[in-house]
Amino acid sequence: MSDHVVLLDSYPSMFGMRVRIALAEKGIEYEYKEEDLSNKSPLLLKMNPVHKKIPVLIHNGRPVCESLVEVQYIDEVWKDKSPLLPSQPYQRAQARFWADYVDKKIYDAVRNIWTTKGEEQETAKKELIDYLKVLEGELGDKPYFGGESFGFVDIALLPFSTWFYAYESLCNFSIEAKCPILIAWVNRCKEKETVSKSLADPHKVYEYLLGIKKKFGI
Amino acid sequence: MAEEVKLIRTWSSPFALRIVWALKLKGIEFETVLEDLASKSPLLLQSNPVHKKVPVLVHNGKPVSESLVILEYIEETWKEKPLLPEDPYEKASSRFWAKFSDEKLLPSVWTVFISQGNKQEEALVPALENLQFIEEQLEGKKFFGGEKIGLLDLAIGWMADMVSVLEEVTGLKLIQEDKFPLLSAWIEIFADVPEIKESGAPREKLISKFQAIRDAYAATK
Repeated sequence: MSDHVVLLDSYPSMFGMRVRIALAEKGIEYEYKEEDLSNKSPLLLKMNPVHKKIPVLIHNGRPVCESLVEVQYIDEVWKDKSPLLPSQPYQRAQARFWADYVDKKIYDAVRNIWTTKGEEQETAKKELIDYLKVLEGELGDKPYFGGESFGFVDIALLPFSTWFYAYESLCNFSIEAKCPILIAWVNRCKEKETVSKSLADPHKVYEYLLGIKKKFGI
Repeated sequence: MAEEVKLIRTWSSPFALRIVWALKLKGIEFETVLEDLASKSPLLLQSNPVHKKVPVLVHNGKPVSESLVILEYIEETWKEKPLLPEDPYEKASSRFWAKFSDEKLLPSVWTVFISQGNKQEEALVPALENLQFIEEQLEGKKFFGGEKIGLLDLAIGWMADMVSVLEEVTGLKLIQEDKFPLLSAWIEIFADVPEIKESGAPREKLISKFQAIRDAYAATK
């Protein structure tokens, strides 16, 4: 039976990029549908009635929501190629733990950076660097978070790097200066074609962010 | 090789209770290490240096943190009496709703119980909406896992005793039987499962604890 795969997404979304990378790693053909988040399609509202958010993976008509749930689903369905999670339970638990850390810490930290000013913004910048340094510590001298192979935690964190240029430009700081090991890891990952074709262009992300700020008067 | 399984937890944490349930349902012997969060032990700080929180499962000296991560670890390590279905789509559905329970449902229910007056009225709207989503998931099922308890039942299991305690403390009946018949029925059969029944924290102690939290919250307003 041939698979029909659709991805409801938005170009600058870090969460959407995770799923794009996973699909590319597995070599899955799919139909990409760009959503206008200010005017959500009936399809999106039907496929994700609970959160009404992207990304949504629709596999043979059935929706899967929440990006890390989608990445695990992709790994389990297309299991014969490019495993995204390790095979041993303990390593799998470590991968899930660190992907969860990215979700719990990085998203709010970055959101606080571009939605605040002055002292609050300084605090947000410091918090982001602190969390990125914890991740740097976890990466250590391994080529990827999973060790020799690119995997789940790499996929969870990488898309945030496409927004670094935007934050640095808006808030006048350098993430590379503080986290050189992490940026080296980003560049290493981008050498993979599956990654480079799935990530948004940081300059376009910056324009998008400027647009949002203007529109909502932030 | 003899297995050594330790669970670092507090007496009342609903996240830790999920792990107790999972271990008992799988018939895994374990040792409980009770923590006082006001004075965290070296073992906890060493086992969970990133978050310094409970629960932490320590299996043959190796720690695993974050309750949903621990549940999946238990499921993958001890494969008898599975808590997750085989089918990737059903697995994805369990994971989605477990996340929903932790990120949306529990916080919205909690907000209802610690708020007063108008704020409580406002808090009811998202809480009832979230409860309705969960109610619909029980359509045609005995447990969230189907005929048997599954990972999602354990993830949502905090509703079984916490909600009735909170309802008693506040005098507000949130899960009304006519509005949420399936959820009400599930709470009863879930709470009645032997491994669940024997594991709960002492009810009076929970009532005192939540009364104190609610009073402290009201005092800061």
